[in-house]
Amino acid sequence: MKILVCISKAPDTTTKISFTDNDTKFNEENVQFIVNPYDEWYALVRGLELKEAGGGSVTTVTVGGSDHDPIIRKALAIGADNAVRINTEPQDGYTVAKEIAAYAEGKDYDLILLGKETINYNGSQVGGMLAELMGLPYVSVASKLDVAGDTATVEQDIPAGKQVVEGPLPIVISCAKGMAEQRIPNMRGIMAARTKPLEVVEPAGAAPLVTASKFSLPEDKGEVKMIDAENAESLIELLHNEAKVI
Amino acid sequence: MRTDQYNGHDYYLMDELLSDEHKLVRESARAWVKKEMSPIIEEYYEKATFPKHVIPGMAEIGAFGPYIPEEYGGAGLDQISYGIIMQELERCDSGLRSTSSVQSSLVMFPIWKYGSEEQRKKYLPKLAAGEMIGCFGLTEPDHGSNPGGMITNFKDAGDHYVLNGAKMWISNSPFADIAVVWAKNEEGRIHGLIVERGMEGFTTPETHGKWSLRASNTGELVFDNVKVPKENLLPGRSGLGAPLSCLDSARYGIAWGAIGAALDCYDSALRYSKERHQFGKPIGAFQLQQKKLAEMITEITKAQLLTYRLGQLKNEGRATTAQISMAKRNNVDMALKVAREARQIHGGMGITNEYPIMRHMMNLESVVTYEGTHDIHLLITGFDITGESAFK
Ligand SMILES: Cc1cc2nc3c(=O)[nH]c(=O)nc-3n(C[C@H](O)[C@H](O)[C@H](O)COP(=O)(O)OP(=O)(O)OC[C@H]3O[C@@H](n4cnc5c(N)ncnc54)[C@H](O)[C@@H]3O)c2cc1C
Repeated sequence: MKILVCISKAPDTTTKISFTDNDTKFNEENVQFIVNPYDEWYALVRGLELKEAGGGSVTTVTVGGSDHDPIIRKALAIGADNAVRINTEPQDGYTVAKEIAAYAEGKDYDLILLGKETINYNGSQVGGMLAELMGLPYVSVASKLDVAGDTATVEQDIPAGKQVVEGPLPIVISCAKGMAEQRIPNMRGIMAARTKPLEVVEPAGAAPLVTASKFSLPEDKGEVKMIDAENAESLIELLHNEAKVI
Repeated sequence: MRTDQYNGHDYYLMDELLSDEHKLVRESARAWVKKEMSPIIEEYYEKATFPKHVIPGMAEIGAFGPYIPEEYGGAGLDQISYGIIMQELERCDSGLRSTSSVQSSLVMFPIWKYGSEEQRKKYLPKLAAGEMIGCFGLTEPDHGSNPGGMITNFKDAGDHYVLNGAKMWISNSPFADIAVVWAKNEEGRIHGLIVERGMEGFTTPETHGKWSLRASNTGELVFDNVKVPKENLLPGRSGLGAPLSCLDSARYGIAWGAIGAALDCYDSALRYSKERHQFGKPIGAFQLQQKKLAEMITEITKAQLLTYRLGQLKNEGRATTAQISMAKRNNVDMALKVAREARQIHGGMGITNEYPIMRHMMNLESVVTYEGTHDIHLLITGFDITGESAFK
């Protein structure tokens, strides 16, 4: 099975967030980047498990500049066979989907896996757009994936329980918690990643459909008001009139 | 159980000096520690035993001889990567790091540097994979800081040697498969011998009652007319310089490791100082607590700079014994002081195993003594700068 896994970078979860360019850009200065956890823990590791069980190959694809190379090397250290970087800054979900579609078209991938969203922008757009652009079926937010013959069986968590869907290969699947367990790159993997191919391809030149016009941080949490345990009335009063939650 | 919230501290943006591969090595070691070690370390410390089931995992992250060439099963990484792995392990526990230091620098290093090709092929791949654990016997009951005075000895008995004597304070001895033992031949010259568990007359009684390095097993090596095959002698080097060169490699790793223990204490103290309120504000808002924290990060940062430079020199093969001594001594002493201050910032909570501080502090009392005591390293520096030996 030929598997393509889309990998993007995301700031480490402990990053202090700030913005530049009149609050239209995320400030990357001194930010530690990691592989977007949904791409790494779920899409990539499940892809590797399927390859290990049934043979084939796992290629990663990333839209981004050379500053993405460290996270790509990590994906290779975890076990991907080779990597492709499409050499352009990702601008919106559409440009990313369009670039990946342009690259993957005609390359006969059986399975295209990606995280359900990135942990920075949480757009959750790329999977759906990519499938549409390539004319492939799409299953989102999958928590389990098995492939038998030409059919993918996917489990999704839905509000009241689980839903199982089936679809024919080739298929695009966005992956969520439950798919696989985190794999820590071992020393052999890190050594092997040094020499695994990382191909840089030029972009097709997709133009964004939307641009960010302003970012802002959530408001500071307010002061805590302590109310005496005896004084339930005043609590109810405050919840009604100040917090306006009841 | 407390979740491990550790995050590194890099006040002088030293990460910019590291390669992407260094950072990946660190990320993997840290992730492994958080997943496999942090949840169990307090339990094993209390039980006073090493968690042997983590040995294969240690091998996976490169804790055993990461700088040994790939042809012998190592990872062929540089000395800074080795230091980084030691730091991440000691960030968790000095005992964990000790097991790794002994295996890498005191067992694999001499076999790699002074062993025959057959010895390298026989032992190194298994040691790198953690399928075999080694220990290093230099210290004796009556010869600690003065190992050159050792009395353990071997005699030529035709087709084998006969080894007699005893070693004390040997990390990993109770469960090690092999021991690299330093002993004098009939002319009084020191040689290294590989002694295997199961050889007749060879026993490894455990040392109990340690208040320090409890998650590492320590014991004796007792040799009662042990027949050692001649091919088990390390042919490449003899004299006291041979074991001392192994200590250089281990001390270098300890210099990095001690920073890990200090960082863990600082990290915990900084977080606690923001969370704990007294007199209506976080204790971190009081000048006295800020002084402690500010001094801690200053000393940690100095140690990081010193050690990174030492790593560069080590990569170039230029780090001297005296330079390594300076870093080992400085960093372990720094870590001990940081642990003591961090303990106070945690107030009463600081004495419990809810926090790692007391464990680090107690561990560091071994680290400040083994691999050359705090005093002996000063004598090494003194000798280096004056040319006068003050050892005897
Ligand atoms: C937990 C643990 C694990 C260990 N693991 C190993 C191991 O794996 N392999 C191994 O071979 N050894 C190991 N050691 C032994 C360690 O290296 C020795 O304890 C150390 O070298 C000090 O020797 P000593 O304990 O005999 O102290 P001593 O040498 O007796 O020293 C006692 C005190 O006298 C001081 N002193 C000694 N000589 C001088 C001098 N000339 N001038 C001024 N002061 C001096 C010392 O600084 C110290 O403060 C370990 C020790 C411990 C505690």
